[in-house]
Amino acid sequence: MVNLVKMILVSGRSLEQGLGKEEGKFSKRYIDATTVCQLDPEDMSKLSISEGESLRISSQHGSIIVKAVKSKHAPHPGVIFMAYGPWVNTLTSPETHGTGMPSFKGLEVEVEPVKTAERP
Amino acid sequence: MEVFKNVLCPFCGCCCDDLEVEVDSNRIINVKNACALGRGKFLSIGEHRLLKPLVKVDGELVETNLEEAVEKTVEMIKNSSYPVFYGFGCTSCEAIKLCLEIADISGGLADNISVVCHGPTILGLQDMGIPSATLGQIRHRADLIVYWGCNPVEAHPRHMIRYGPLSNGRFITGRKGRRVVVVDVRKTSTAAMADVFVQVKPNSDFEVLTALRALVNDLDLEVEEVGGVPVAKLEELADMMVDAKFGALFFGLGLTMSYGKEHNVEAAIALVRDLNKKTKFVMIPMRGHFNVTGANEVFAWQTGYPFCVDFSMGYPRYNPGETSAIDVMARGEFDLLFVVGADPCSHLPHYVVEKLKNVKLVVLDPSITPTVKMADIAIPVAYVGIEASGTAYRMDGVPLQLRKLVDPPPGILSDVDVLNRIVRRLK
Repeated sequence: MVNLVKMILVSGRSLEQGLGKEEGKFSKRYIDATTVCQLDPEDMSKLSISEGESLRISSQHGSIIVKAVKSKHAPHPGVIFMAYGPWVNTLTSPETHGTGMPSFKGLEVEVEPVKTAERP
Repeated sequence: MEVFKNVLCPFCGCCCDDLEVEVDSNRIINVKNACALGRGKFLSIGEHRLLKPLVKVDGELVETNLEEAVEKTVEMIKNSSYPVFYGFGCTSCEAIKLCLEIADISGGLADNISVVCHGPTILGLQDMGIPSATLGQIRHRADLIVYWGCNPVEAHPRHMIRYGPLSNGRFITGRKGRRVVVVDVRKTSTAAMADVFVQVKPNSDFEVLTALRALVNDLDLEVEEVGGVPVAKLEELADMMVDAKFGALFFGLGLTMSYGKEHNVEAAIALVRDLNKKTKFVMIPMRGHFNVTGANEVFAWQTGYPFCVDFSMGYPRYNPGETSAIDVMARGEFDLLFVVGADPCSHLPHYVVEKLKNVKLVVLDPSITPTVKMADIAIPVAYVGIEASGTAYRMDGVPLQLRKLVDPPPGILSDVDVLNRIVRRLK
């Protein structure tokens, strides 16, 4: 069993996030859409994690606990996806490299399963 | 019941202008022709609504009246050493113009949300130019459509059917006769509809675009793969591009937000420039919010620069990295954030949002958002394009008219009316 795996985080739009946004940023739909992490099924096996279980994602800038779901867009081993929102932005670097734009995609993160009672 | 036809959708940069909205007793009861996202917006305007102006007193937001909220806002702007004016993707060009006037009067910084979406595209096109077209030209003529680093099925759901591979053009009708390529790091819902899917490794777009340029220019690559893509696959794609009679490259944040940023866009522009030596090829950025393109247009015609404009010297200065909202806020070089048509607390890096604890925050928004919850002053406004009219620019730079279909709740004004009151008091 692997406890901690280095991966690349990509954040982006999703249909559920867009629909949730219109229901309200405090709606269950928005929160559900922005607190899940899509993983490649092989990576889920590597992490010994099942659908719906919690995982911790950490970057240089922060750490979050979110729910793991099996990606419908696999295979993309080593790449995890989260919808735009306050949760994923906890991990985002404010460094813009002189462009004004932070790096919302392609961020190096560490992922580990959370087996305690910690919830997203 | 009244039916409004040819209504512009105020959701994404597609700005679909063929919606039919049914209104009964000042209430929207049905929306036809819209995608799920657009329909959701029209039918949800009564939900999670900010109905009264709020001011923070002893750490708690309490209701106030509009006059007091405007008066306190003006005081905050006058007392600010360096205010940042930010947002504008979800408001009208008319409101953006007024915000720039306030930024000019107050010697602050004005930046729009393109700084966190297609800002690098602007930097790329300022260096290289951009061979572009209107969406109408693409619909009528394109026989090859490439979506690179974007997922319109989820983010711009009617793009493919109105302007892309499923649209009915004058010379090419529907999917027949058009080929579709998707380039992305995941096999997205859009990729599932493509003839060819090219999966690149994250942060490798620059290399893949450069390799494609080499192939388009008849150079050999002495490697097996580039950016996770076998060279044979890239040769297939290069041939498709050169063989197209009219190719269109739509690109998204997969290029602008990943490693390389504006250099990725420059590589894409260089590829399209090279393709135009052999065939006809155009490109358009997939703009997210319905008037983020308009924000760039208004900024450019008012100040000379499309975003990241600093007025602290008494004239407009532009230097992304220095005069960009994220950098200024991350460095803590501001004492007031004034937000219109955006929700930075949801969409900016947490490191930047933390900085807002130390400054004043004013927001104009129709709904209750995390930014409203964090604000010192929150002023409710009408939904632009539903409860207030105005102008928006589509992703291809075509200006279109936003319409007022219903009245806002009692006592709620448009962005333009609230901003006019602020401007009058500042002068």
